[in-house]
Amino acid sequence: MDSLSTGSLSGAQKEDLMDQVKQQIAIANAQELLTKMSEKCFKKCINKPGTSLDNSEQKCIAMCMDRYMDAWNLVSRTYSSRIQRERNNM
Amino acid sequence: MSDSEGVDPQLQDFILTETQKQRFQVLVHGLTDTCWDTCMGKPLNRLDYRTEVCIMNCVERFIDATTFITKRLMNTTKYRSDSPLEFQ
Repeated sequence: MDSLSTGSLSGAQKEDLMDQVKQQIAIANAQELLTKMSEKCFKKCINKPGTSLDNSEQKCIAMCMDRYMDAWNLVSRTYSSRIQRERNNM
Repeated sequence: MSDSEGVDPQLQDFILTETQKQRFQVLVHGLTDTCWDTCMGKPLNRLDYRTEVCIMNCVERFIDATTFITKRLMNTTKYRSDSPLEFQ
């Protein structure tokens, strides 16, 4: 926990550190989303891999990506309101 | 850790908040994965009503199932903190 003993860090350095951490987290989340989307939309849209990604496959993938984001947001909202509800019941 | 002397409270607070936010994100990634497989047909122009309802139910029931499993496991397991789990 030495790194949290930050008596030597200036205010600006602290801000900097926090920004960096936030950025790293954002990258990790984007990577996770990318991995999942690729896996799911490949499965949905490419049944028989041909010699190129044809037009209809590209269209399907684009649509699939948008729907995956919709699903992600819906899950996030549903889960968050569930947490809220359970908190109120406590 | 209980001796917080020298620990920057602002940073500690920041890490705590971000950890919690990230725990939520990880769960949403996992739930989306599971519920997509359960609910999603062919991707269309928009998420249709049936799929939406399915996803919402999927999230709720997944949490219910997790809670149920946790409780049941705690009841059926002779849990002692000084030894590994024992199953009957």
